[in-house]
Amino acid sequence: MNNWKNFTKGFIKENPVFILLLGLCPTLGVTTSAINGLGMGLATTFVLVCANVVVALIKNLIPNKVRIPSFIVIIASFVTIIDLVMAAYVPALYEALGLFIPLIVVNCAVLGRAEAFASKNTVFSSLIDGLGMGLGFTFALTLLGAVRELLGSYALFGYKFIQTDGILVFVLAPGAFFGLAYLIALMKKLNK
Amino acid sequence: MAKKESTFLNMTLTLFVITALAGAALSFVYTLTKEPIDQAKAAKLKNAINVVVPGADKGEIEENSVAAVDGAGELTFYNVKVNGETLGTAVKTFSNNGFSGLIVVMVGFDSNGNIIDSNMLEHKETPGLGDKTDKKVSNWNEQFKGKNPSEFILKVKKDGGSVDAITAATITSRAYCDAIQRAYDTFMKNAAGQNTEEVDTDASDADNTETNEIVESNQKED
Repeated sequence: MNNWKNFTKGFIKENPVFILLLGLCPTLGVTTSAINGLGMGLATTFVLVCANVVVALIKNLIPNKVRIPSFIVIIASFVTIIDLVMAAYVPALYEALGLFIPLIVVNCAVLGRAEAFASKNTVFSSLIDGLGMGLGFTFALTLLGAVRELLGSYALFGYKFIQTDGILVFVLAPGAFFGLAYLIALMKKLNK
Repeated sequence: MAKKESTFLNMTLTLFVITALAGAALSFVYTLTKEPIDQAKAAKLKNAINVVVPGADKGEIEENSVAAVDGAGELTFYNVKVNGETLGTAVKTFSNNGFSGLIVVMVGFDSNGNIIDSNMLEHKETPGLGDKTDKKVSNWNEQFKGKNPSEFILKVKKDGGSVDAITAATITSRAYCDAIQRAYDTFMKNAAGQNTEEVDTDASDADNTETNEIVESNQKED
């Protein structure tokens, strides 16, 4: 039951985007379409799970004063690995997301989970936490991407409903803020 | 297990071991993925050439770097030959005047300088507006097909040219025209240069041509 709570808290109760407001840089930058949000979310989930597991494994070997640089090195290594692997084996997806993959390093949601959860908990619960948080992040990005794509180009996952230009401001940078603000307000309402 | 204390030795050793392990893991993944990445890049380039010079996938591609006529940088020429006959030349060109800076465009010319086709390769333009220059997004760049830039003026209609700009993305449309214009000017100058070179090599050996060039440059200095 505890693990189940650990897993589900990432979706609504402690959603990294809607509640903790972590990792907003990729959130605002990538979510011009639902598929971009989904891809970015899944890549982040992979890094989050790997980093959480490794940090939980070696948490006792790292002296307190150098824990942040150690976490950053671990996270950056996983990001570079996924960057290379994606470029090699899924070039089409890499082309769409390539620019944003290195940005996962500076996603404070990843460092935040390593610091706040994995460095204090067991390997298994860290894995569950990473998975839940990652999928919660993916859920948030896909939702925001879907809203922006729907309003901005009247399409969803690339499928166009109406053959005209949408409300263009939603595809542009300000639309990310509008969309996010309304989604956060909605989440607050649902959480009450 | 007790937590390690933050002594100088402990901190140095820990960081050293972690970075060393990370370095080893990265170099391992790098060597593992190097070949597929190169293959993917080559395949992507070949596809990009094939879009602007159809049939390029069955021919041989010869690559050269040529300085742009306006001295703004280097363009890459891909001469496509099928059974020894030139099918066309794909030119990888660019413009710095995009809405968000650099754009890279691939354009194919036949031997008379007619545009076979063109496509956007790399850009950071606004999704939903400027990215309509990409064939995957819209058929906007169809209008360049088969046109010769000597009659088809590579400017948007607002600036007195022949190109229909994308609604709400005039700057991107201008930059796209600018990139093609640069490719066309360089291509025509290069084609003219190659013809004279061929005459030269007919008359004398390659070595002599080199000496001639040296003499010429000496004269210029004088």
